[in-house]
Amino acid sequence: MTATLAKPPVDVSTEPEQPKKPRDVRGILNWVATHALGIALGLMFATPVVFVFLTAVMSDNQAFTADLWPREWHWENFIEVFDKAPLFQYLFNSLTYSLLATAGMLLSSIPAAYALAKLKWRGRNVAFLLVIGAMMLPPQVVAVPLYDTWSSLGLTGTLVPLIAPYFLFDAFSIFLLRQFMLTIPQSYVDAARVDGCSEFQALVRIIVPMARPGIAATALFCFLFTWNDYFGPLLYTGEVKDQWTLSLALASFKGMHIVQWNSAMAVTFLTMIPAIILFIFAQKSFVKGITFTGVKG
Amino acid sequence: MTATLGARPAPGRGRARARHRLAVLGFMAPALIGFVLFFGYPLIATVVFSFTKYDLINAPEFTGLDNYTFMFKDDLLIKSLTNTLWFVLVLTIARTVFALGVASVIARLKSGVGLIRTLCYLPSLAPPVAATLVFFMVLRPNDGPLDKLLDLFGLQSPLWFSDPSWAKPGITAIMLWISGDLMIIILAAILDVPQEQYEAAELDGAGPIRRWWHVTLPTISPVLLFGIVNSVILALQLFTQAVVAGSAASGSADTTGSTKYLGFPENSTLTFPVYLYTKGFRQFDMGYAAAMATVLFIISFGVTIVLVQRMRKNSSAEEGGPGA
Repeated sequence: MTATLAKPPVDVSTEPEQPKKPRDVRGILNWVATHALGIALGLMFATPVVFVFLTAVMSDNQAFTADLWPREWHWENFIEVFDKAPLFQYLFNSLTYSLLATAGMLLSSIPAAYALAKLKWRGRNVAFLLVIGAMMLPPQVVAVPLYDTWSSLGLTGTLVPLIAPYFLFDAFSIFLLRQFMLTIPQSYVDAARVDGCSEFQALVRIIVPMARPGIAATALFCFLFTWNDYFGPLLYTGEVKDQWTLSLALASFKGMHIVQWNSAMAVTFLTMIPAIILFIFAQKSFVKGITFTGVKG
Repeated sequence: MTATLGARPAPGRGRARARHRLAVLGFMAPALIGFVLFFGYPLIATVVFSFTKYDLINAPEFTGLDNYTFMFKDDLLIKSLTNTLWFVLVLTIARTVFALGVASVIARLKSGVGLIRTLCYLPSLAPPVAATLVFFMVLRPNDGPLDKLLDLFGLQSPLWFSDPSWAKPGITAIMLWISGDLMIIILAAILDVPQEQYEAAELDGAGPIRRWWHVTLPTISPVLLFGIVNSVILALQLFTQAVVAGSAASGSADTTGSTKYLGFPENSTLTFPVYLYTKGFRQFDMGYAAAMATVLFIISFGVTIVLVQRMRKNSSAEEGGPGA
């Protein structure tokens, strides 16, 4: 397991440097065939979002028709949806959930991942297996007792049941951070110890700076997972409208504005923007992180 | 295994060892407490609740195996189990094959890899609710974009999320659109196959397809197994897409209040987790929901064991020794 992880992961973000000019006719046909397929795939994945965008900027009347291309570009649709639903409130709730959960995850998961990756102790393998078990567990399995507990604490209807667990335990983040930390040579940690660093100092001064790309990737995934979460907010805040997150509100928006495809699609498009922005700025972290989950312990 | 070398405090130095233990305990303490609170306790409590009748207000009342025996008489439960098994079978195969296919095409590209890969990966970052609404819009019968495209070929679009026999394929289409994470994982594995293996196969006269079949596939098979297990887990917990597609197609105004849209049309999207949610948190039949959760736990635990076994096998094979 570590043998795979010890060597630097293949950087799939760089394009293979091969001659771009094919030499013979068969080569040209081959090139066209492979690339046509690639372009078709790219279009297939991109077009649904293009349709969403085109519908979002249509006029109310046109959005009702079968037209694909807007006759007029109603950019104000993206602004007007904020009048149709308290989107700022939902945005605030989503940000509260995602940012606090990510901050809590970093506080609790970095030390745990360090202990699992770089310290030797009895029961470590069992602990790691428990992390994997928790990661694979469908959230619905533990929902009944958890809801029962939060309800008896009077905290259902708030974002607390969603955020609080991240300050203690997030299995996926611990797993991902551990995988990253395993790639840091043990000699750096040993050298810090020889210099008289405590374990805590070794973590803060050596591991955290070296694991920064891994920490960034884990934070990104945590932010997006909570941003995209639907089951959690539905379970705990479904009845309390002013605690709704954007995902939860979006699911109801289509129903409330049934004929207004342009509004529904404008909100849909807006909820996807954070992911697109995060991806543009941190493409390498995403690809590296996702590759690490697959290489698997 | 890098982590096992070093790190152990020198024998005989009691204080150093005590400090080391304290450090481990300190680092692991939040995770340990969190695991007990959010996984250990609720797992046990779920099993306990499953033998009771409990509505969240009155104290749980012990009813023995009633919840479990009722399952066999509950048509909706059997329907939801069938739906989820449909997804486990169809979604797992479709998602793994699709991701493998897309990754294989991207791996052969000589230019534009970055752009195509980005386009294929981006949808997987979209909120599942948004992705479902995207497909609801694109697939809408009579005037949707796909319907128009099919018109060009003289074909008629199915009713997708309004047709009981097309709703599950529609959800599968959404899941394929957002399977970019698995594609990236498989793509990385394909690009990781040593070039010499291809060259050796080429010397033996193997064409591109035979090289893919005899070199690429066997080498990346551990990653494919990961993809299968990952897809099974995904299918077992399928919830959001089913709820949102069902409510949008039923025209229900509210996904949070009523239950009538759940499973629309004709319970074809009533997956096991959706039914569990309905029973437990809409009808407050917590005991029955806990029994369903126990069943779900047993199934997903079995799947997890497969993955852990594979990891152990892999690690011992790579280290040339037993155990991880």
